[in-house]
Amino acid sequence: MILITDLCWKEDSLSRYEFVSPIENIVRSTGAPSRVRHFAAVQDADLDDADAVILCGTALQDNVFAEDFERLAWVRDCTLPVLGICAGMQTVAALFGGRIEPNPEIGMTDVTVVGADGIFAGKEVFPAYELHSFAVVPPDSFDVLAVSGRCVQAIRHVSRPIYGVMFHPEVRNEWVVERFAAMTEEGRGGPDAL
Amino acid sequence: MKLGVLCSGGKDSLFACWRAMQKEEVACLITIVSANPESYMFHTPNVRLAALQAEAAELPLVEVETAGEEEVELEDLERAIRIARERHGIEGVVTGAILSVYQATRVQRICRDLGLWCFNPLWHADQEEYLRDLIREGFAVRVIGVYSYPFDETWLGREIDADAVEELKKMAEKYRITLTGEGGEIETFVTDAPFFKKRIEIGRASTAYKNYNGTYRIEEAALVPK
Repeated sequence: MILITDLCWKEDSLSRYEFVSPIENIVRSTGAPSRVRHFAAVQDADLDDADAVILCGTALQDNVFAEDFERLAWVRDCTLPVLGICAGMQTVAALFGGRIEPNPEIGMTDVTVVGADGIFAGKEVFPAYELHSFAVVPPDSFDVLAVSGRCVQAIRHVSRPIYGVMFHPEVRNEWVVERFAAMTEEGRGGPDAL
Repeated sequence: MKLGVLCSGGKDSLFACWRAMQKEEVACLITIVSANPESYMFHTPNVRLAALQAEAAELPLVEVETAGEEEVELEDLERAIRIARERHGIEGVVTGAILSVYQATRVQRICRDLGLWCFNPLWHADQEEYLRDLIREGFAVRVIGVYSYPFDETWLGREIDADAVEELKKMAEKYRITLTGEGGEIETFVTDAPFFKKRIEIGRASTAYKNYNGTYRIEEAALVPK
């Protein structure tokens, strides 16, 4: 089961349709079972049942998730594969000691793959949809997998299957979520699983 | 949160409005009337009937005219949103964008510049599920414009019911068109919605059609009890 974590400012918000449902639809299309939980409502039982975790994005004005990252401290200790999208990438980076800096970007941009990894295998440059007010300076324990002209676009923990992407894969890059789901199914996580 | 809904009169904006109403407070509808039938941003036929929809929903309407030239019309959109903020205190804007990055990006940028929230509750929704929800939840929707093959004259004025959805599905599979018409293949007009206090009855309409390009112009319409 993939635990899809809603990082929006409140449970069952109007933003859920925009930032959680599209991810849910992609995961469903892969055949993987999933469960959606708001970040304030994640229970130990959810993590016990999960094979992987996706942390979804939020609206441009919504930075409630960043007010206290320790509410998501379980991500730091999580042994499961994790994919953080936009706000989710910021969460992952912050929890491991990275920095978050203002860097607004809205619209399509070219993303260049700079690090070999299962999820980005066979990709060199691809257009991606950006919707963020902040970008990250990755922590030392993370490798940079992809960049754009403005910021780091994808990271992965050096030894654990914890990923972050700044772009929104639900727009024209569904393959990122599909490959993450496949990786989860095939090997519960190593970067060489694909 | 008080929200203004960008309303073209079509199904996507009014369904987005319905979703917004279920979570937050919709304070007004915002309509851009474009003089350009090829407008990049705004759907054009019968758009003035959005005033009737606002009345049916008992919501205030902010209506702004644009010459409809690419990018210049964005300034008019920003003006309309500013007016909605001044008059109705909106803190966010709702759009009916489903797949259009062009549309969504531009509204997101305006909202960022104005410090407003932006919501796209149909964003990348499952299109078939969305059309079925639309019918199940009581929306009455007519096709008022066709702009591409294989939509012929019979679609003009047609109601989107379960049979129409089945047909659209077959056409979408065969001709690589978007099921919801967001690619500009068709335009729609909502005559009834679950939040309308009255429904719109079309009195007189005329059609103009040539080579898979046509409009259904509503010339007389009135609010009637539901």
